[in-house]
Amino acid sequence: MKTDIILAGVGGQGILSIATVIGQAALEENLYIKQAEVHGMSQRGGDVQSNLRLSDKPIASDLIALGQADIIIAMEPMEALRYRHYLSPDGWIITTSNAFVNIGNYPDQQAVLDELREMKNVIMFDGEKLAQENGVARSVNMILLGAASKALGSISFEKLEDSVRTIFGRKGEKVVEDNLKALAIGRECE
Amino acid sequence: MEKKLFLGDEAIARGAVDAGLSGVYAYPGTPSTEITEYIQEYCKATGKKLHNRWCTNEKTAMEAALGMSFAGKRALVCMKHVGMNVAADPFINSSITGVNGGLVVLVADDPSMHSSQDEQDTRFYGKFALIPVLEPSSQQEAYDMMSYAYDLSESLKLPVLMRTVTRLAHSRGVVELKEARPENGLNPVGGSRDWVLLPAIAKRRYASLLERQPEIMRLAVESPFNSYTAEARRFEMGIIACGNTFNYVNECFPDGVPFPILKISQYPIPVETIRTLAEQCDSIMVFEDGQPFVEEQVKGVLASDCVIRGRLTGDLPRQGELNPDIVKTALGIPTLEHPDVAKNVVARPPALCQGCGHRSVYEAINIVLKDYEGAKVFGDIGCYTLGALPPFQALDSTVDMGASITMAKGASDAGVFPAVAIIGDSTFTHSGMTGLLDAVNENAPITVIISDNLTTGMTGGQDSAGTNKFEAICRGLGVSDEHLKVVVPLPQNMDEITRILREEIEYRGLSVIIPRRECIQTLKRHAKERAAQKEEKKA
Repeated sequence: MKTDIILAGVGGQGILSIATVIGQAALEENLYIKQAEVHGMSQRGGDVQSNLRLSDKPIASDLIALGQADIIIAMEPMEALRYRHYLSPDGWIITTSNAFVNIGNYPDQQAVLDELREMKNVIMFDGEKLAQENGVARSVNMILLGAASKALGSISFEKLEDSVRTIFGRKGEKVVEDNLKALAIGRECE
Repeated sequence: MEKKLFLGDEAIARGAVDAGLSGVYAYPGTPSTEITEYIQEYCKATGKKLHNRWCTNEKTAMEAALGMSFAGKRALVCMKHVGMNVAADPFINSSITGVNGGLVVLVADDPSMHSSQDEQDTRFYGKFALIPVLEPSSQQEAYDMMSYAYDLSESLKLPVLMRTVTRLAHSRGVVELKEARPENGLNPVGGSRDWVLLPAIAKRRYASLLERQPEIMRLAVESPFNSYTAEARRFEMGIIACGNTFNYVNECFPDGVPFPILKISQYPIPVETIRTLAEQCDSIMVFEDGQPFVEEQVKGVLASDCVIRGRLTGDLPRQGELNPDIVKTALGIPTLEHPDVAKNVVARPPALCQGCGHRSVYEAINIVLKDYEGAKVFGDIGCYTLGALPPFQALDSTVDMGASITMAKGASDAGVFPAVAIIGDSTFTHSGMTGLLDAVNENAPITVIISDNLTTGMTGGQDSAGTNKFEAICRGLGVSDEHLKVVVPLPQNMDEITRILREEIEYRGLSVIIPRRECIQTLKRHAKERAAQKEEKKA
């Protein structure tokens, strides 16, 4: 079983934290992992993406080919669209509907959402609203991961929770609780 | 043994530590920064005392590492590819002195220029210095290679160059650790003048380096990291895949590569093996990230009429990193069915953070310089290079570390007025101080802005070598007190900043203005760290 995931967002939105949590859980599941990240210049408010590949067999390439991704997990709708052509015909897009407008020429927001809805399999939700209503405003990324958790067939939800505990543990109990709560909220998103 | 999920950089760092490293010497540079950061964290967590403090630049790092090697201990020096240009003098000469304790020079190349100003290929430096070059293809190999590299360095008595690329440096994979080796004891070079590179000694040393070349070639042919697999029959095509491009080829053929394939992870290119491959094949396709380093050399060593294809023949793009789709296309494999490229997507370039002090500096520059028609602003390397992009569009040049001051001086010598240089604090101590001395010595009519955010910002907020020393450094170099000004770059100080900038431009001699305010990223981090420490104390 192989799962190819593209994580997308804007620098600072917590995309790499999602990758770290999945990666740690995959390690606990004894899976093979390859995860290519973007560091450096693009982290300053530019687009950030990560290619995450999980498999029960050795993985060759660090990068995902066109048409190969099973899931695109995005913190931002235009960033989800940016990698659309990497998605396999049966692949899923899981994204928030919250546009992050830090550029002057951001496309018409409705057109972005409409183009996403044209896709076969899309889960899209207002992550910011959901996070605020539940008092976990800083954990939109973990809500998103929760929403994607069912698509991560080879990783159990419990392992994701363990991973959140391990990764956020040094930031204190409150941060761990908020992130676990966010993860559970996301799991209910359809 | 224990398994870890490591970035390529972390695998290299841990590999070095477990190989008995005594010190790492480096200046931050994407994509190499995380190597030193891993060792710093490792030392904090374990209490091990390996040298791990950041150096002022790559040249000081290279020399200090060579000094540690002289003393008999194992040293690592890390840099990004353009850092090697700065370190090149001691690097090349280290192959003439040779080494005592193992010395690995780790250079992370950035094909596709994700975070760089060129995509030079470090393998050329290895050939230039006539030493072995290693190029890992996976995180595990990167880890395993470090102990091999140190043993190789100590047995050949030469530095070993290890080249990685962004895709491996910044990609995670599972790494199985090995038992750690203890550090070497103190055992400095003694009773020889081999390290005194006077011409008479250097000639002898260079002759000795040349004598060892057949041995270095033999080691590449027999290297456990180079592999050649082929059935004993004739093939239309064979493949050479260097470093991590080997993975892209394997990705194309999940059931095994149906061609003879030579994987190269140790250089010089294994000539004998390449001849064997050429005898079996009508053509050879060369996959390599970076420049056509192997492709060019293969053409030179083959007498047969085997056709060589790659970046030079247009079968692969001349520029940029390879990826699974480029490799597929070159091998005639169709791309998978996929959705069209989306219509409603635009580029999202990086920008200076909201609240960043550099923003106020650029705002001031733009306000003042709109009154001077011939004004030119010479930029430098760091976050503030983003001042070239909208909304500021304030820079006329960015070339290399330190070039802002020296280019402003040269342009001023030619008659440009006003000539303004903008350089960050860490870049200034890296390579700006010597240029400032040139400007002092001629009292060049330029205005130098050292935008001091108390850190090395672009690479993630590492310590900056000159913090709290800038006024003293400038005075020491001879900048006059009357034309050395410090301001706080905040929007509410704009009147004061623009007034000072205008006065110093009008002064027809050298001025230095230091806008100083902490990077907001490190400010946030430091606040969090303090809060966490308070929590700990309470608990």
